Amino acid sequence: MSEVEGTPEGPKIGADEWVARSEERTGRRGGPFAPLVARAEQLPWWVLLVAAVGVSALLPFVSSSEYVIRVAVNTVLFALLALGLNVVVGWAGLLDLGFVAFYGFGAYLYALLSSSQFDLHFPALLSVSIVIVSSALLGLLLGLPSRRLVGDYLAIVTLFFAQIYVVLATNADRITFPWNDGPTDISGGPNGITDIDPISILGYEFGSIRSYLWLSLGVFAVVVVALQFINHSRTGRAWRALREDSLAAEMMSMPVNRLKLLAFVFGAATAGLTGTIFASVQLGVFPQNFDLPLLITVYAMVILGGAGSIPGVVIGAITINVSLELLREPSNARFLFYVAIGLGLVTLVRPWRRLAAILVGLVVFGIVAYQLTEWLRPAWVSGTIEGGRFASVLDGWVIHPVNSVHLGNAGFVLLIVALLALTEVRGIWRSILLVPTLYLAAFVWENRLVVEPSVTRILLLGALLVVLMSWRPQGLLGSSRVEIV
Amino acid sequence: MSRILELKGISKAFGGLQVIDGLDLHVDEGEIVSVIGPNGAGKTTLFNLITGVYQPDRGDILLEGESLLGLLPHKITQRGVARTFQTLRLFLNMTVKENVMAAAYGRTRAGVVRSILRTPGMRREEREISALAEEKLAFFGQRLMGYRWDQPAYSLSYANRRRLEIARATATGARLLLLDEPAAGMNPKETHEITELIAQLRTEGGYTILVIEHDMHVVEGISDRVVALDHGIKIAEGTFEAVATDPRVVEAYLGTKAAATK
Repeated sequence: MSEVEGTPEGPKIGADEWVARSEERTGRRGGPFAPLVARAEQLPWWVLLVAAVGVSALLPFVSSSEYVIRVAVNTVLFALLALGLNVVVGWAGLLDLGFVAFYGFGAYLYALLSSSQFDLHFPALLSVSIVIVSSALLGLLLGLPSRRLVGDYLAIVTLFFAQIYVVLATNADRITFPWNDGPTDISGGPNGITDIDPISILGYEFGSIRSYLWLSLGVFAVVVVALQFINHSRTGRAWRALREDSLAAEMMSMPVNRLKLLAFVFGAATAGLTGTIFASVQLGVFPQNFDLPLLITVYAMVILGGAGSIPGVVIGAITINVSLELLREPSNARFLFYVAIGLGLVTLVRPWRRLAAILVGLVVFGIVAYQLTEWLRPAWVSGTIEGGRFASVLDGWVIHPVNSVHLGNAGFVLLIVALLALTEVRGIWRSILLVPTLYLAAFVWENRLVVEPSVTRILLLGALLVVLMSWRPQGLLGSSRVEIV
Repeated sequence: MSRILELKGISKAFGGLQVIDGLDLHVDEGEIVSVIGPNGAGKTTLFNLITGVYQPDRGDILLEGESLLGLLPHKITQRGVARTFQTLRLFLNMTVKENVMAAAYGRTRAGVVRSILRTPGMRREEREISALAEEKLAFFGQRLMGYRWDQPAYSLSYANRRRLEIARATATGARLLLLDEPAAGMNPKETHEITELIAQLRTEGGYTILVIEHDMHVVEGISDRVVALDHGIKIAEGTFEAVATDPRVVEAYLGTKAAATK
């Protein structure tokens, strides 16, 4: 009997075990961060947590800019929100679109309990405890009618809940009670509630933004530890089981309805807790803080990072919030844009000869196009690109009229057409088409996008998501999933 | 031998379709009973009625003398009935070991607070669940052992997925196993193995087994008693030989004409 032999120490090729290990051999290859990720996966989770929190806590000593620290605090808050949503969506598999309402509820309730709105100035610890318990109860209340719903039905019901919350917060400034004469202002309406007490614990008042960074990092560490422990307990396993197949979970002795409620409660409590820190950092809460864009952002963080993975959703939160912040400033945005394109080319184009050909082609294409345009239509290259040495290089390469709106818009449409065409062609044609497409991208960027940062941020975030999701549908650190077949 | 499961006059209709009609069935302690019948005879519905997925329109279901009617499915499983599925329903994206550990939910107690605090009791329970899962997986020889524990369930072959479903069902602590077509989609060698395995589940595991099976070699090899269903009605019951030669069973499978020429 002749069989194909494998490596001396490994199993025989084609044998059962060899097939089962195929993922081990092929799954880990590729990606610029693969060795780093593999190394990090060897470490115990608490080492990573201590390292991440420790390094972040040193930020105020490295940068004295209040803006930077404020961004850091926001990032930690987003990470907390992503962790909370991960319980509901990533583990229990419930598509809860009402999640940010709990965040808003927590923030508003803290604001009501610790501000001049009703002149209640509860001690912070008491307020925060009340908020956590109330948010959990609210989660239970939302869960009770919706626990029998799954998938898109649950999504619609919870989305409705989120909208009700925003409407309520906007309009609860003139509620008439039977025992009062005039209308009572509860939520402050569109103007929100301001003048919220800063958090103070045992006499220490969190006055500066850096102290809030440390507070939020502390809360973050506690939440991560709690969630990590739950994930590796019977409750965590049961949540994931019901995500996979709720009927089978029920058949395997798990009380599915109760577990769903528990997931809602945990998500809501985490969101409410995060809301209290948000309210006290911002010293004010406004209805539009908790509207749909926030929901979409938090979902993007969870999905991009990898639903179901604690480090994944945290990295998702950092990636998205930090890139959104960096894109506010046009010169940063320009830097990021070209770096992203460069990285994309380096990782996606193989072999390197083709990459070199594309880069040389791109430079030559730009110079020729610029010279031709200068000769035919001098007006189209009459503008200047401002902002440093890199910009002055671009100035002689990218076509740039003084009034760039019309030409830029036309270029934008052309760019989209070129991108679509790029997905349809194969082989050498793709490389050839890539050159004018990249030039068009630079053209559109310099003429149109760089002057509209608010639009550009969202566009780029969308592009990032599209690229990442087609590259790794399971998210950055998520494990690849299969659906029931 | 004591009666572990008893169905008394069970009926179930979906709209105008009478799927189970006045069915009496019993399973004794330590017995292996096979349910056969053509497609659409109501076999899987029978399992769904026993496990509480559906409530019967009429009749009663007794487990060790106590009625199961009105209990939620997870409560019924905790009482000691666990099943596998004809269309495999594993927790595909969880590891092999986690699949089995998850099924021990009903026999463990540690709540969320104890899990967060990682109390000694909770940690002991975790160790017990882990040991239980390893023991249940070891029942299948080397097939679900070693490196397989940490692999996702979707990486398993079809036959191993069927084995894992059985391991998962046994981890619930049930004494009565309902196996829905355990040999479906298996090759002759694997079918032979599963036949031996079901016999082992009784002799070594001490389980009582109610099994739906189409493969008559399996049915012949394992059954103490065979029950034949057609259109929700019990048409024959007895030893394999008696049922297999019963004219009504032959008719149900092959039609009247074939039965006449036999």
